[in-house]
Amino acid sequence: MSQDSADLVSFRVARRVETGERARSHFADRIFSGLLLGSAWIILIVVCGLLAVLVKASWPALTTIGFKAATLAWSPSDDRYGVLSFAFGTVVTSIIALALAGPMGIAVALFLSELAPKRLAGPVSMLVELLAAVPSVVYGLWGLFVLAPVMRTVVQPALGKWLGFLPLFQGPPLGIGMLTGGVLLSIMILPTVAAIARDVFAAVPIEQREGMLALGSTRWEMLTKAVLPYARQGVIGALVLALGRAMGEAMAVVMVIGNTPAVSASLFRPAYTMASVLANEFTEATGQTYVAMLIEIGLLLFGMSIVVNVIARALVWSVSPKGTRAV
Amino acid sequence: MSRLAVRNAWSAFMICVAAACAGIAALLLAIIVLYVLSKGAGALRPTFFTQIPRPVGIPGGGVANAILGSAEIIALASIAAVPIGTAAGVYLALFGRGRVAASVRFLSDVLTGVPSIAIGVFAYALVVLPARQFSAVSASVALGIIMLPIIVRTTEEAVRLVPHTIREGALALGIPAWKATLLVTVPVARPGITTGVLLAIARVAGESAPLLFTAFGNPQWSVGLTHPIAALPLVIFQYAISPYKDWQQTAWGGALVLIALVFALNLAARVALRSRFAR
Amino acid sequence: MKQELRTDRLSAFYGAHCAIRDITMTFRPKSITALIGPSGCGKSTLLRCLNRMHEVIANTTVKGQVMLDGSNVYDSGIDTTSLRRRVGMVFQRPNPFPTMSISDNVLAGVRLAGDVSDRSTLAEIAERSLRRAALWDEVKDILNRPGTSLSGGQQQRLCIARALAIEPEVLLMDEPASSLDPISTMKIEDLMREIKTDFTIIIVTHNMQQAARVSDFTGFMLAGEAAPGELIEFDESSKIFTTPQDKRTEDYITGRFG
Repeated sequence: MSQDSADLVSFRVARRVETGERARSHFADRIFSGLLLGSAWIILIVVCGLLAVLVKASWPALTTIGFKAATLAWSPSDDRYGVLSFAFGTVVTSIIALALAGPMGIAVALFLSELAPKRLAGPVSMLVELLAAVPSVVYGLWGLFVLAPVMRTVVQPALGKWLGFLPLFQGPPLGIGMLTGGVLLSIMILPTVAAIARDVFAAVPIEQREGMLALGSTRWEMLTKAVLPYARQGVIGALVLALGRAMGEAMAVVMVIGNTPAVSASLFRPAYTMASVLANEFTEATGQTYVAMLIEIGLLLFGMSIVVNVIARALVWSVSPKGTRAV
Repeated sequence: MSRLAVRNAWSAFMICVAAACAGIAALLLAIIVLYVLSKGAGALRPTFFTQIPRPVGIPGGGVANAILGSAEIIALASIAAVPIGTAAGVYLALFGRGRVAASVRFLSDVLTGVPSIAIGVFAYALVVLPARQFSAVSASVALGIIMLPIIVRTTEEAVRLVPHTIREGALALGIPAWKATLLVTVPVARPGITTGVLLAIARVAGESAPLLFTAFGNPQWSVGLTHPIAALPLVIFQYAISPYKDWQQTAWGGALVLIALVFALNLAARVALRSRFAR
Repeated sequence: MKQELRTDRLSAFYGAHCAIRDITMTFRPKSITALIGPSGCGKSTLLRCLNRMHEVIANTTVKGQVMLDGSNVYDSGIDTTSLRRRVGMVFQRPNPFPTMSISDNVLAGVRLAGDVSDRSTLAEIAERSLRRAALWDEVKDILNRPGTSLSGGQQQRLCIARALAIEPEVLLMDEPASSLDPISTMKIEDLMREIKTDFTIIIVTHNMQQAARVSDFTGFMLAGEAAPGELIEFDESSKIFTTPQDKRTEDYITGRFG
């Protein structure tokens, strides 16, 4: 110990002399936290920059066309830039997608979080998450060559036969159009609904379930009367997030929707969506106003996604404060 | 039938319906993957990975330039997005209490939900329009912005999971705060951060919408940062909507390569995360 | 050299909440001082004020002075990193760095603060510190295994070795044995008696027997319903545990409350 003590004293003395060290570490700390903070600021700058650049680049359209954009006719060669038909296509395809994927996604989530044995839930969860990872251009390719023919030869004729009295299902089965776009989108957003809803269900306290079961409910009643009501807000949030994803999807839709600026009652008809018009026409657009108008559509998509996300995050957070993974 | 029997039967039936829905979801994946596999496998000759596209009617050729182009764009995007994203995530996890942090958190969530094509329009307006030229750089800008929020939030979550006692242990040893963060806290969170980065790369590897009017595509070999560049998802799109059978075949081959790549990245992300629990 | 540590009307706050108030006490060098009291009395807070770990938590403030060798550690010129190298700390739960091996853990402070980089010196420091922490014989053949692969008691001794490796003058121990089994606890108490010839040790404990067994001096702290923690009595352990002067101390050590 005595040798140790001697070392110890010399060691300490050596350290005290190093006063420069102190200043250096302070300085390094400040630089380091400055770098971290700066990186965080970059996120803020990027989002504000997105908005500013989009507004600036679409300014020629915002000023010359203004509210005339809120009309139906889209004919750039005649200087007519009405975007309502695109908004119509976006809304219709997204509603179809949500109507199909919503209930199914919730059912999948209930199965994964509540019903499936653990050994099964893990692998199935992974498959559903991989479904979310499939690139949208691959969905488009598959939609164009597999889904559209099936819709044309099987689904649309059947719908026309049995439900043809509804204006929704009238007209020739083209295979390409709003219905096919909506169905393809529903496959794409199914994993979004399922994954977020599953996390929301997992946040429902066990007492809620046990309380309902203790009242003599069946398993399904427990789910519909205890779990679903408790998780209602979060589930709605999941649906809204999925809706946002459907509204912004471009590549898959552009390949199966027919790309025609038209508004029609029949879901069999071709149409356009806001995102798909960008994908289809942007690189071919000529003339300042045309390009600026397309950029304005991008701005509208940006604004729309912000509104949708604000609503959805508020709903999902209110249930599971940890929030959702980045989906 | 008694009331109870009806209720039990209904419960059993609905549970089966939910199970069937899960089965359908899994089946959809199988159908899509198997279809891409069956159509695309035929295109995957060795030249597919070594040659550039040939004109219609001339057999052979490949998408080597597009694979290289995708790699270049993604690498460039990662070089910018990974350091910024992880640094911002560490900031949020360790010091993120004030108003700046709340806005960063919120806006990066919003950014996750912005349609990728809108981000492509932004990159076009920011880079392509002033330069009057489509370019690899503009594509990387778009992809980097898409990667950022994913990396930020996964990094924050991973660093937040590191017990604060670990950091305190380092500080109590008189280790300066920046070293404690970089050499003690961040290494513990590394599996989670790696997962986030891999998922971000997987996400942008499949993106085509933001490349349409940034990278633009290029049928030749091109690696210049300021020139139009080929990218795999773009080639798939352009060839898929072409009327030629050879090109459609190439599109399927490309789709197969892309799916394989994206799935591999997703699996790697899972493995990276698991290594934390193995220790 | 006389490494004297004392506090002078030290108060600590979490936001507006005052955790300890006006604590004035002197810690005798090269001896063990125990801080006891019911949970919530602020003994851990007091300990964390001594090496300025209190301020690592957000929204915390400190009033009063902590004097180390005649200078106030809360002076603006004092650098927290060099202070913490003079006043080391061992935490309630063992916190070895998960990504580091056993030897890297021991050397973390020495290496990351950049004092020593010579390989043989580092090996010497590692061995000396592990011997002092009575861990060397158990780990000398597995120095490259992860620190987290050790048992809880071994991990805590590893953390003690890690704190000793940077040769602090004072060692703060925040309930170091509270998450350990009796045998590990005994080993840690033994090593405290071993090393007190070199270090000033201050230990927070909720276990009165432990305080009586190992400490030379004992301070009893108490907090009221809404009142901050205060130092009720401070004296040689033998007196505190046999003839306490304050009624409240007597009540506590005879188990009448808390």
